[in-house]
Amino acid sequence: MVKETRDPKPYISLGAGGRRGRRPLPMPVRYAINAALVLAFLVVGELLIDGGSISRYQTSVLEQIGIYVIMAVSLNIATGYLGQLPLGHAGFMSVGGYSCAILIMRLQPVFGIALRDFAAPTPAALALFVCGLLFGGAMAALCGLVIGIPALRLKGDYLAIITLGFAEIIRVVMLNVDGLLGVDLTGGAKGLTGIPAYTSFLNTFVVVAISLFLIHTMMKSRHGRAILAIRDNEIAAEATGVNTTYYKTLAFVVSAFFAGIAGGLYAGCIGVMAPAKFGFMKSVEVLVMVVLGGMGSMLGSVLSATVLTILPEALRAFADYRTLAYAVVLIVVMIFRPQGLMGTYDFSLTSWVDRFRNGDLPWKKQKGGEVRADA
Amino acid sequence: MASSISRRQFVKLSGITAAGFGGASLITACGGKSSSSAGGSSIKVGVMGPYSGDLAQYGLAVRNGAELYVKQVNAAGGINGKQVELSIQDEKGDATEAVNAYNKMAEEGVVGIIGDVTSTPSIAVAQASVADNMPLVSASATAADFIAFGPNAFRACITDPYQGKLMADFAASRGYKTVGTIYNSGGDYEAGVNDAFVKEASAKGITITTQQAYASGDVDFNAPLTSIISTNPDAILSPNYYQDDGKIVTQARALGYKGVFLGADGWSNIVGGKEEYASAADLEGCFYDCSFISEDESDKVQQFIKDYEAEYGSAPTNFCALGYDAAMVMLSAIETVEQAGATEAGSDDYRQAVVDAIASGKVEGVTGSIKYNGTGDPVKPTLVITFEGGSQKVFDTIEAD
Repeated sequence: MVKETRDPKPYISLGAGGRRGRRPLPMPVRYAINAALVLAFLVVGELLIDGGSISRYQTSVLEQIGIYVIMAVSLNIATGYLGQLPLGHAGFMSVGGYSCAILIMRLQPVFGIALRDFAAPTPAALALFVCGLLFGGAMAALCGLVIGIPALRLKGDYLAIITLGFAEIIRVVMLNVDGLLGVDLTGGAKGLTGIPAYTSFLNTFVVVAISLFLIHTMMKSRHGRAILAIRDNEIAAEATGVNTTYYKTLAFVVSAFFAGIAGGLYAGCIGVMAPAKFGFMKSVEVLVMVVLGGMGSMLGSVLSATVLTILPEALRAFADYRTLAYAVVLIVVMIFRPQGLMGTYDFSLTSWVDRFRNGDLPWKKQKGGEVRADA
Repeated sequence: MASSISRRQFVKLSGITAAGFGGASLITACGGKSSSSAGGSSIKVGVMGPYSGDLAQYGLAVRNGAELYVKQVNAAGGINGKQVELSIQDEKGDATEAVNAYNKMAEEGVVGIIGDVTSTPSIAVAQASVADNMPLVSASATAADFIAFGPNAFRACITDPYQGKLMADFAASRGYKTVGTIYNSGGDYEAGVNDAFVKEASAKGITITTQQAYASGDVDFNAPLTSIISTNPDAILSPNYYQDDGKIVTQARALGYKGVFLGADGWSNIVGGKEEYASAADLEGCFYDCSFISEDESDKVQQFIKDYEAEYGSAPTNFCALGYDAAMVMLSAIETVEQAGATEAGSDDYRQAVVDAIASGKVEGVTGSIKYNGTGDPVKPTLVITFEGGSQKVFDTIEAD
């Protein structure tokens, strides 16, 4: 039987309340369940790192996974939820990274914060870290606003090209701002070096969790539904009173904001920012994560960001063949899963708990002719 | 035929694959452990660089040079009877991957690392390695900052600013009064050499008529060259990589420029390869500085070329020679420490001892004798190369001051 390649299910499901005869969990319980899951992950991770089961190399890869998870999920807002194709996500990442790193480096001596204060955070170091990330995010959001207002009048290919051009502008500005203005800000071609290692597994994890929570709640809210409506049919959305320009810009700015946050974490993780690293290919890399995971699926973005960050590291044993293997994996997935790993499916722990309580589990035979869309 | 599979099938399949991979890696991990525990009589040294991607040619050249030296040491009985084992990691010219590769090597218990190759990843590795005091010897990280983070980082090559200064002094000694420059403003190497040249040249009384920047990937240099030639300089500095330099020289000659071109070690592949980047007539009488050319007549260089060709079947480049020398610096220091005995490999004291041994040692490499004078920058002679009838020859050897 030939199956449809597009999932007919709605991108954001209506939750457990849709089916007849169900007793949905009350909201506070749902939040508690999810919070417990996040906390469990965090505690297990921290214990494994402290106990030495996860080595420093693996910790560093875990931090990078977190950074790319934020990148992919934030791009997913503009690509999967808003339905546009921006190709300048790396530009926002570099703006956030540079802003955050410069702010932290400049303020570090002012407040007398030593490097080790970031490892076991003192209140001052923690405040500086949070300020730095927010500043990085805000600068990226500002850039997103500047580019978004003119760019979002365009669609499809045109939007892709203008955002691509904008990311190149950011890269060239980073490269030449020192020479032109005679300031010592970005370090030009040699890059910004000596960034303190303020990124750790703990703070990356917390930032990832908060980012995902905020994006998820935004997409479940009135604003999120407006954004989804624009994706599905812009004219219909406008006709029903959705301010399309506002919501498109909003989605774009939020997407840029979280890319900036990820950039801030990246700067602290690697310690060096060089403009050459934030070219077109970085944007494509993130876009590949989103498309591979399934556009419009947060779980898909998280999974594919994880897989695609681990893959080059896991394939180190194959030495010279590993770039080839990476490409083969991408091709295989795109042939067999053209809609991405997860399609538009999103995992929800609470709805599984719900199903469990109601005895409605996918491996049990469905009764009453109700056929599940993704079976 | 249904070409797509459902999500559930996909999840099942990927679960099976992941389990398979996990099992396989567990088996290899166990196998790896048993072999490393048996390897008490070997010394593990890391080698990292870009072996895939745009910069692979440099990484592979350095790796070949380093592997050749290690092979020779092992063939001669190793260090104190211990064989040297290399842990080689690719970083694709990317800072993120370089940090990962570094962490992986540090965990594997390498006693020192030969790397990294290009500037930004090298700086990232240098920063990451300070806390461990891991000895680093880079064959080709010319960026000034590479040695700025701690005493554990050394390089076997001369720096961008040093090359710029050296060529400016050379220009002054040749009596050039006016020099125009053309450089790639998107590259840290090109911009670094250019800045140092301009600074030193101005101090030596040379007038810089104009500085023309171009962007990475440009192929038409007529516009900047026209504005340089209109200032009629005695010489033009083109401190870029040879692909660009070839085009710049050819186009400038076509525009009627008759003067001299000055370059830096990025020129080192401009002649002698399969491709011709600029004609013999166009290059005649130009100068660049370099650590190594295969036309060097000295026995040490000719022996190295013979060994290299026997091993790899092709002629070595500047980067191969620097890789060979970087390995020599590292292994000589390890030998000193091993002979002194006392410290155990992998301990903090051992790493400190290797760092001290590099700092105080002196080796006779193929790119000249290398020693360190309190910093990670080598004190070594530099060759000034000129072109004569389509081939290169050593014009002068400038000793370090």
